[in-house]
Amino acid sequence: MITIFFKRIILAIPVLFAVASITFFLIKIAPGGPFDADKAVSPQVLKNLNEAYNLDASNWEQYVDYMSGLVQGDLGPSFRFPGRSVTEMIATGLPVTFELAFYAILLALFMGIFLGVLAALKRNTFLDFIPMAIAMIGICVPTFLMGPLLVLIFGINLELLPVSGWGQLPGDKILPSLTLGFAYAAYIARLSRGGMLEVLNQDFIRTARAKGLTERMVVFKHAMQGGLIPVVSFLGPAIAGLLAGSFVVETIFQIPGLGRFYVEAAFNRDYTMILGTTIFFSAMIVFFNLLSDLAALWLNPRSRDT
Amino acid sequence: MKNNSLWSDALYRLSRNRAAMLGGFVLIMLIICAVLAPWIAPYSYSFQDLNLGASPPSSDHLLGTDILGRDLLSRILYGARISLLVGFVATAVALIIGVCWGIVAGYMGGRVDSIMMRIVDVLYGLPFIIFIILLMVIFGRNLWLLFGAIGAVEWLTMARIVRGQVIGLKNQEFVLSAQAMGVSNLSMFRRHLLPNILGPIAVYATLTIPQVMLLEGFLSFLGLGIQPPMSSWGTLIKDGVESMEEYSWLLIYPGITFTITLFALNFFGDGLRDALDPKTSDN
Repeated sequence: MITIFFKRIILAIPVLFAVASITFFLIKIAPGGPFDADKAVSPQVLKNLNEAYNLDASNWEQYVDYMSGLVQGDLGPSFRFPGRSVTEMIATGLPVTFELAFYAILLALFMGIFLGVLAALKRNTFLDFIPMAIAMIGICVPTFLMGPLLVLIFGINLELLPVSGWGQLPGDKILPSLTLGFAYAAYIARLSRGGMLEVLNQDFIRTARAKGLTERMVVFKHAMQGGLIPVVSFLGPAIAGLLAGSFVVETIFQIPGLGRFYVEAAFNRDYTMILGTTIFFSAMIVFFNLLSDLAALWLNPRSRDT
Repeated sequence: MKNNSLWSDALYRLSRNRAAMLGGFVLIMLIICAVLAPWIAPYSYSFQDLNLGASPPSSDHLLGTDILGRDLLSRILYGARISLLVGFVATAVALIIGVCWGIVAGYMGGRVDSIMMRIVDVLYGLPFIIFIILLMVIFGRNLWLLFGAIGAVEWLTMARIVRGQVIGLKNQEFVLSAQAMGVSNLSMFRRHLLPNILGPIAVYATLTIPQVMLLEGFLSFLGLGIQPPMSSWGTLIKDGVESMEEYSWLLIYPGITFTITLFALNFFGDGLRDALDPKTSDN
């Protein structure tokens, strides 16, 4: 397992390097510089700006410069917010996004596994159909619709919860987490139902029942360990989806997280910020994929020796 | 059973699946409405009645009007054209790339296969949504780029599925005898392999369309997709959100339309999968 871990890490480094390089040159061929937006700047000012941001060097020099900064964790200055570095902005936004994603995934895991296991155990009854119908809704109603609908119902009509913000009013973290977590709860419910059904038909479950274990022991100790492997493998790719979801949720609820920074940077053509966050997101996703693959490997004894 | 029994068999099973048939019916109606939008829409999508402003549903405007006095029903009908067009065209792009990639990798095998699939593995692990946004920012928000960018992201799973199918086929006698007769690679792909994997391709394509439409809606919602005056369902939902406190119908009707379409596509796709491969129908 340790060998696999190191092999994957060693493979991840050139991938991230390639991502950084491709993104860098993509942004270089983008039409228009960062400073020719709203008002015309005098040639002298433009020259000074270009000098300050090292834009008059050749592309190749800039690339070498950027890459050597990157290795040291320096993602350069933001074009739009003078005096702030991209690294600083990521450091401010990241904890917020992490917290949001953490609540969402926690909610999704609890809700999804509970409903999925329940549905598998009560197969073809009411307790199977209703959770699976809810799961279908969760999959078909996109985040960018679910969020506003929840706001409309709980925030505006019932006036139960705040409609925006993060950590300013009591309860303002509930709706964003729910919005982000709901679709994942739906996927996890379906996956855990499928996985559980497969495991529950196997001989070792019959053996466990035959030797007189309580149903609780059979389900929690024997069935769930195997039945939830699909859920664990899903978690890695889910992080990538959570990220995309955080763009929407942070925009809807006006949460000052990394997702909203990214969308704003895309609108403002804040190229250094886009470049830095793209590299950062890629590194994060590669890392979480690795983690979830390892966890799935560890849970499945058959693949442990290889 | 007459000839072509896989398809007639599948059609029979599909016709007995009520959810899938309902999904298919809704889809056909939607496609007809989208194609006929210029003739059946009560108003033009850009016709503004500024005196009216935002008005709730009435007999003149069945689903009400937006802030600029534009008829919502007409805008949803015209939006269907864009949303469905993105869904189908981007899926077609994904289909072409994925099928070619998968057939070549699976049939060639060996080192070619391992390099091609390693590329797919690596691409799988990257946050593609970000690259689409990046492309839209760099090259401007145009519709054809959107098709290409979404298609270029969604082909990966298709490539994997096709490769798996081709590997299963390539040691069968009809392929070996075609090889012995000296059939060229190209006609091997086209005449012998492709017809035998149409089933899984059709299933996965149907299930890709809703994903693509979600992606388009997501981008348009963020303001990075379809640009006004054109509107897709994503942009209508975005506009609806901005004024939902006073004019909730502007969010609710486009939202319902979008959700029903996704339901229909998912039910139809699931039904098609069960019909073509009865083994999986349990899960």
